[in-house]
Amino acid sequence: MYTQELDVRSADSTPATDPEVLTQRFLARIDAEQKIEPKEWMPARYRSMLIRQISQHAHSEIVGMLPEGNWITRAPTLRRKAILIAKVQDEAGHGAYLYSAAETLGVSRDELIDQLLSGKAKYSSIFNYPTTTWADVGAIGWLVDGAAIMNQIPLCRCSYGPYARAMVRVCREESFHQRQGYDLMLHLARGTPEQKAMAQDALNRWWWPALMMFGPPDANSTHSGESQRWKIKRISNDELRQKFVDFTVPQAKFLGLALPDPLLRWNEAEQRHEFGPIDWDEFEQVLKGNGPCNAERLAARRDAHAAGAWVREAASAHAEKQRLRAARCAA
Amino acid sequence: MDNTRHWPLYEVFVRARGGLDHKHVGSLHAADERMAIEHARDLYTRRQEGVSIWVVPSKAITASDPGETESLFEPARDKIYRHPTFYEIPDEVKTL
Repeated sequence: MYTQELDVRSADSTPATDPEVLTQRFLARIDAEQKIEPKEWMPARYRSMLIRQISQHAHSEIVGMLPEGNWITRAPTLRRKAILIAKVQDEAGHGAYLYSAAETLGVSRDELIDQLLSGKAKYSSIFNYPTTTWADVGAIGWLVDGAAIMNQIPLCRCSYGPYARAMVRVCREESFHQRQGYDLMLHLARGTPEQKAMAQDALNRWWWPALMMFGPPDANSTHSGESQRWKIKRISNDELRQKFVDFTVPQAKFLGLALPDPLLRWNEAEQRHEFGPIDWDEFEQVLKGNGPCNAERLAARRDAHAAGAWVREAASAHAEKQRLRAARCAA
Repeated sequence: MDNTRHWPLYEVFVRARGGLDHKHVGSLHAADERMAIEHARDLYTRRQEGVSIWVVPSKAITASDPGETESLFEPARDKIYRHPTFYEIPDEVKTL
């Protein structure tokens, strides 16, 4: 009965080499909601698009440690300091999960880090804004991590298995980030008039950049079509942005803070909030490297990489010594 | 020279609680096994996700070929008699 397998093979199982046939099979698997795994055949564009997206995502996590890391030594209490350290450590972890996911596509983490340090790779523009007060730590957790969650939840169902699995882990941890941020804002909003003013000022500065995190409007989004066809991206930039606004408006109201948008209003007929125009010129400028902190962020990453070189070298030397010692003992 | 470029990749397996299997959770780079365990602790068990960790050099793992999925697993599909639900047992018969 086992020999049946040898001669009765369905047409689908014949190994194909024709790219046309392979593409059709690949698309059929995508349509059937099957996950694509590392060693399977995939279109070259699918692979390169994923490498670009996952590595940018990883870089964003790593660079994202900087604006908040800025406040670790100045956190107002030990409790807040412990929370902030845990959050920044999580961001490093998220970067590591994502670099691992990118590596399954045949690129090495070293190459990706080189691309970041050389300025060739992009990362989320939001991290090129400065954190000028303690309230910014709250605004980032609430708004920036909130927007990130909104983007990342649909990615848990993306067609590429390793990316989807990394996103599941990231989303689980990200919820703590958003809640600690809101909790921080709530304490400031209920504090002294100065504290409340500081929270309002942070909200004023982070609101628009947070809306830009969802990317350009659908009409101008260059990669969206293919990405949606391949089920990497499942929900459009504008839809996610709208959802974020609808979620955030009542949260801001509860804080007693005002969103800095005079055109913001509820549209009863469409059951959604209308909001004012986003300054896409600013977005383009920050993307091009002309944001308030682009140069500073990259310089900080390069310095950290160079300053950590001796640690990596020492660890390698130690590992080599241990390996030789073990080999000698065995001999 | 920055020789961390040669740090090998390890696959990480974590046992969530005593009595459960170790389950694959991801991978990481490390200079050696000891560092791999320490990094795995920091990376995959920050919220008490585990009580035990295995690390295995990724290159030591031999995987089945996705192209052979059908020839490997398909033969089991029509052998439904291997499942207990294949057999209809009269209601009168108990504890079976």
